[in-house]
Amino acid sequence: MRKIGIPEIEDIALGASLLGAGGGGDPYVGKLVAIGAVRECGEVTMLDPEEVPDDALVVPIAMMGAPTILGEKAVGAGEYQSIYKTVSSFYGKPIFALMPIEAGGVNSMLPIAAAARLGLPLVDVDGMGRAFPELQMVTFTIGGGSATPMALVDEKGNSCIFNTITNKWTEDLARAVTMACGGSVSVSLFAMEGAFMKKYGVRGIVTRSQMLGSAIRRVKESEAGTPEEKFLEITEGFRLFKGKITDVLREVRGAFNFGKVVLDGIGEDKGRSACVTFQNENLTAEVDGEILATVPDLICLVDTETFTPIPTDALKYGKRVLVVGLKCFPLWRTPEGLELVGPRYFGVDTDYIPLEERCKGGRK
Amino acid sequence: MYKLGIDVGGTNTDAVIIDEDLKVVASVKSHTTPDAYDGILNAIRAVLETSGVDRSQIGQAMLGTTQCTNAIVERKHLSPIGVLRLGAPATVGIPPMVDWAEDLKKIAVKTAVIGGGFEYDGKELAPFDEEAARAFFLELKEKGVRSVAISCVFSTVRNDHELAAAKLCREVMGEDVHVSVSSEIGSMGLIERENATILNAALYQVAQSFTEGFAKSLADEGITNADIYLSQNDGTLMTMDYARRYPILTIACGPTNSIRGASYLSKLKNAIVIDVGGTTTDLGVIQNGFPRESGVAVTIGGVRTNFRMPDVISIGLGGGSIVRQRPDGSVTVGPDSVGYEITEKALCFGGKVCTATDIAVRLGMSGLGDKTRVAHLTEDFAQKAMEAILALVEDAVDAMKVSADDVDVILVGGGSIVLPAKLSGARTLAKPAEGGVANAIGSAISKVSGTYEQLIDFSAHPRDEALAQAKKEAAALAVEAGAIPETVEIIDVEDVPLAYYPGNTSRVKIKAAGDLSRKG
Repeated sequence: MRKIGIPEIEDIALGASLLGAGGGGDPYVGKLVAIGAVRECGEVTMLDPEEVPDDALVVPIAMMGAPTILGEKAVGAGEYQSIYKTVSSFYGKPIFALMPIEAGGVNSMLPIAAAARLGLPLVDVDGMGRAFPELQMVTFTIGGGSATPMALVDEKGNSCIFNTITNKWTEDLARAVTMACGGSVSVSLFAMEGAFMKKYGVRGIVTRSQMLGSAIRRVKESEAGTPEEKFLEITEGFRLFKGKITDVLREVRGAFNFGKVVLDGIGEDKGRSACVTFQNENLTAEVDGEILATVPDLICLVDTETFTPIPTDALKYGKRVLVVGLKCFPLWRTPEGLELVGPRYFGVDTDYIPLEERCKGGRK
Repeated sequence: MYKLGIDVGGTNTDAVIIDEDLKVVASVKSHTTPDAYDGILNAIRAVLETSGVDRSQIGQAMLGTTQCTNAIVERKHLSPIGVLRLGAPATVGIPPMVDWAEDLKKIAVKTAVIGGGFEYDGKELAPFDEEAARAFFLELKEKGVRSVAISCVFSTVRNDHELAAAKLCREVMGEDVHVSVSSEIGSMGLIERENATILNAALYQVAQSFTEGFAKSLADEGITNADIYLSQNDGTLMTMDYARRYPILTIACGPTNSIRGASYLSKLKNAIVIDVGGTTTDLGVIQNGFPRESGVAVTIGGVRTNFRMPDVISIGLGGGSIVRQRPDGSVTVGPDSVGYEITEKALCFGGKVCTATDIAVRLGMSGLGDKTRVAHLTEDFAQKAMEAILALVEDAVDAMKVSADDVDVILVGGGSIVLPAKLSGARTLAKPAEGGVANAIGSAISKVSGTYEQLIDFSAHPRDEALAQAKKEAAALAVEAGAIPETVEIIDVEDVPLAYYPGNTSRVKIKAAGDLSRKG
């Protein structure tokens, strides 16, 4: 058990933008919502998953809708109370604790705000260990968990709870209600018991975000070795490539941003070229025609000077980036995990081979 | 008739006089003084003397200034204000100024979030809570506050509530209260727009003092026939009255003016502009005659805003950058600099510090100072330093490009002598003669604009006709502001549909700009 205050929130937001692996969006508004809640209601208590009783109700909190609308309407004061009432009366028992569903963007921040406003603990766990683009892409799906019953509330006091037959229906219905409510709403999904959370959740993810954020912030203070070495050491990252962006190709299909970024090597990678593909999040990294990393391992592009993570929508010609691979949560590497989030699900015609095996030959 | 352009920067205050054909008659550089007023006065005096122009012939005077930026960064001369947001029950999760530094937050005497605001489609989110607004204004009045910032959810879509609140504010606090309304200042993104509005409100006394100071310095120098304008960040001018209401719009006019001035001098409408100063070099891009805008949120004094600012990168290289040799023989240039002390400290001026300027003199690229004083620098050392300078600049040029193709480059600024006549990545390299004062020239040649904004029901007025009419209205407003009718162009069109508003209604906002007409 420990406390999450404003300095911790700053670091978690920065770390979460690395774990977003190019996606997850800008956590800025989410960060302000979390800071606002902690200023008003005090620090949040964070629990290790082991501190949660097996039969306790644990509820992930997220937002749904358009980020530009969230940027205008933010979050009100009453949404989380409304979720609490809706969910606890549906299940007939109180919510014991809250948790994030993913470790990227605004959704890494909003559960902190909800925990502060409800005076409930936050559990150091999520369902991805990174960010993914689709609703069912959580470890809880592997364990047979369902996104519904899902509570959806707006700032005006409207609330509802969905029971759906498929994830597709959940998406369709939730989207329709979200637009009617003004385009940005708060939701709880994949509500679960403590035992299930402990079995399938990605443990320690909030702590990991915070540690990464603090390391990025302080990387230049390092005395031993170069900042780059220090960065790789702390993130346990595999150095895949360092280069200058020479081209960015983008295409919007449905709710997703597809594309690829082409890089020319600089420094020790001079003379080589690389290419990173993405669908909201980065999918593959290829150097001189050889794949060095694929989803579900994390492929992160960071600024070569500041080590600040660069989301896919900020990629542009001329930027100098370091491409780093991070190992994904082990459950994603099982056949069940790869069925949900493996390279072939994203249309990449290759088998999944773990990052550390693809990178053998001492590129770390 | 002549135009007088002035640019007040951190180090230098530049002044130019240009004639009716926009030819530069005279230009001077003088030091910026702490109160800016003396620096402006010195520059005006010097440029009048150099040019020999009759002061009664100066018909227009334009000022570009960084005083608002400095006031925010240094937290000086900011006024106490009230901050009112219309948006409850939405937005209350983020109180106003929640992530501001404590010392800057203190400018707000009182903040409140009350009922009001709209949805993205123009539907009312909550009714405007007039009673709460009245109570808030009454309290501010009692506390002696004279400036108020008002923001509202989706006021970029509909500003009815904001305007109703502003009207009420004047009713309660008196006609002379300074009211800043977010829909007139920023774009989408409530927090960033509200932040800019709050800064605008806090700057009202700063604006009053620099507009009055400028008018006074002109009058003191006997320039009494001139219309007075201020530069804003989009490369257009505003009147003194407008600048007093929207001082925040002067933010970042410096880089805009420098980029536009460089474009004007070189006759290039598409190019990368490199402005080399004493300590830093700014790189910007001119696209179709206007600066390319930055895609990222701009932070002023630690406060995030959503202003559109020129996309500029700064590198630590200037005429005064200090050159050093490392023990391993490699040579570094900058980022530290002797700055304005270059005329005392640089080797070629009899000083003891080796600067980038000394390297240029040693390599025969510049005739500044005394070249015998740099003769002891070895050719090898000087070449290595020049390679370091080139690496810095060529990397930065590359970072500003949008593709790998070579581009035209314009070199301006007092420190530009440290760069050679050829850069890799540059198709052509223009080095205009008056490049040293490009920013003051940019200020002098700025256009004037008019903005027309209206809710239009396209079911009652066919869209094409209605838009054409709206464009005419915007052009007429630009002409009213002083633009030459034949030069007026539409520079921005926004057409935001409001689904829940009666009929087929859009909020239409059109901005037109043209060259400033000659007086008389």
